[in-house]
Amino acid sequence: MTTNEALVKYCLRIGDSSLILGQRMAEWCSKGPILEEDIALSNIGLDLFGQSRTMLTYAGELEGKGRTENDFAFKRLERDFYNNLLSEQPNGHFGDTVIRNMLHSAFYFHLYSALTKSTDSQISGFAVKSLKEVTYHLRHSAEWTVRLGDGTEESHDKVQESLNNIWEYTEDLFAMNEVDKVLISEDIAIDLNKIRPLWNDTINSIIERATLTRPEDGYMQKGSLNGMHSEALGHLLTELQFLPRAYPQDKW
Amino acid sequence: MDNAKKLEEFQAKIDAEIKIEPKDWMPDEYRKHLQRQISQHAHSEIIGMQPEGNWLLRAPSLRAKVVLLAKIQDEAGHGLYLYSAAETLGKSRTEYLDELRTGKAKYSSIFNYPTLTWADMGAVGWLVDGAAIVNQVSLQRTSYGPYARGMVKICKEESFHQRQGYEIIAEMARGSEKQKEMAQDALNRFWWPSIMMFGPHDSDSPNTGNAVKWKIKRATNDQLRQSFIDKTVHQAEIIGLTIPDPDLKWNEERGSYDFGEMDWDEFWAVVKGGGPCSKQRLKHYNDAHNNGAWVREAAHAYAEKQKSKQKVA
Repeated sequence: MTTNEALVKYCLRIGDSSLILGQRMAEWCSKGPILEEDIALSNIGLDLFGQSRTMLTYAGELEGKGRTENDFAFKRLERDFYNNLLSEQPNGHFGDTVIRNMLHSAFYFHLYSALTKSTDSQISGFAVKSLKEVTYHLRHSAEWTVRLGDGTEESHDKVQESLNNIWEYTEDLFAMNEVDKVLISEDIAIDLNKIRPLWNDTINSIIERATLTRPEDGYMQKGSLNGMHSEALGHLLTELQFLPRAYPQDKW
Repeated sequence: MDNAKKLEEFQAKIDAEIKIEPKDWMPDEYRKHLQRQISQHAHSEIIGMQPEGNWLLRAPSLRAKVVLLAKIQDEAGHGLYLYSAAETLGKSRTEYLDELRTGKAKYSSIFNYPTLTWADMGAVGWLVDGAAIVNQVSLQRTSYGPYARGMVKICKEESFHQRQGYEIIAEMARGSEKQKEMAQDALNRFWWPSIMMFGPHDSDSPNTGNAVKWKIKRATNDQLRQSFIDKTVHQAEIIGLTIPDPDLKWNEERGSYDFGEMDWDEFWAVVKGGGPCSKQRLKHYNDAHNNGAWVREAAHAYAEKQKSKQKVA
């Protein structure tokens, strides 16, 4: 695998995860528990779509086949998406969303911090910009995790259940393959084993402040690097891709 | 000071174009009129998120999706400014929202129509926001300070919304046959409800009365409607779409378009809750509110705990 090929795949992982989680955020539109939260969730969605567009566009440039951000977003099938499994998990109730986003943004906070030192200038530039955004996403989801965990008995039980239910998708964040090997050797990407302890510290501290209990690792799901997803992704893509698929020749 | 004297001073301020501010004396009727109008306006922004949200997940390009999401987010923001302005009249956002939830308060009837194709995102931005701007530009000069200032801020964003809508429908109007058909269909469905957004004819408008004298309204329903039509007809011509009104024709003498009569039975039916999406929109809002109850309770409980911890410390 050439560096270029590896980097295309790497950009798709990040671009797809941002796209899919962005779409999940968009699903919240007009459904937030208060108006201010509607605005906050849209903000996060806008950041994620922006990140996705940068990464998908860069993937297209590296690939050199003329594919655009829209070709990647709207014209690939489920098995060709590389977003992490966490990002595609359904929104559920507000607490489910908060817990998913907290686990996800804690990972990207540390990943982007590391990637600011990437030897690929596009990746490092992207990481610098995205780090600011994900810092806010992490703060937002961490604060809500604490509020809900340490709020009422009902909210505590609800988010503990959210955490227990989604835990099995966290391991997939740290999966690596040939892509990582190639890019780590050139200091373009970071060894995710170095991110793991940082992620652990961050989420442990949030979970503790929220008076929640970190679940034990049991059966852990994997597969996003091979395009193996949960059933939820296909439905998300059906909706996302509807128009360009129904009218493949048309421009919008 | 007796009320007659106060009223005289109030009217003198209005006549001198001095804004009325929250702590100033104002007649009850003025306060009530504004409470109703500003909260209706705020509710319209909030309910208005739904018909566009209906296509957010299906936007046909990433750019279109981001622009639409940003637009809907602006509307939520407008709702916030407007509730804040309405709160200066001595009623809380919760009280206003309770009136929305229980159906006591109204919002713009236009949002009770469905958005059936992507072209409707164009029609909503172009026509619905376009009509709203005509009204809001005039309200920048309304006599109540917080409302007028809110309108200045909102107008800046609304003109971007209108361009966004026009761009979508223009793109479709010069696209494939099917796209052109969708664009014309969207215009056909949204034209009449859009021009009815200005409300009944001046001769039938029950809320106009003092609103003009007190400069809450700076132009009448019919004047605003005419101004919108005159501006929009040309925009339709440029992109090759036809306004669905056989009676529409330029009147040289008036320097304006003459247009056909609107279906007021439909208008009043929708106002009274008989629109295609009336029940759905209110239910959607209520579901979101009810589903969020435990979250709001938790946030409140957490804040209370923090307060008592601070007291102990």
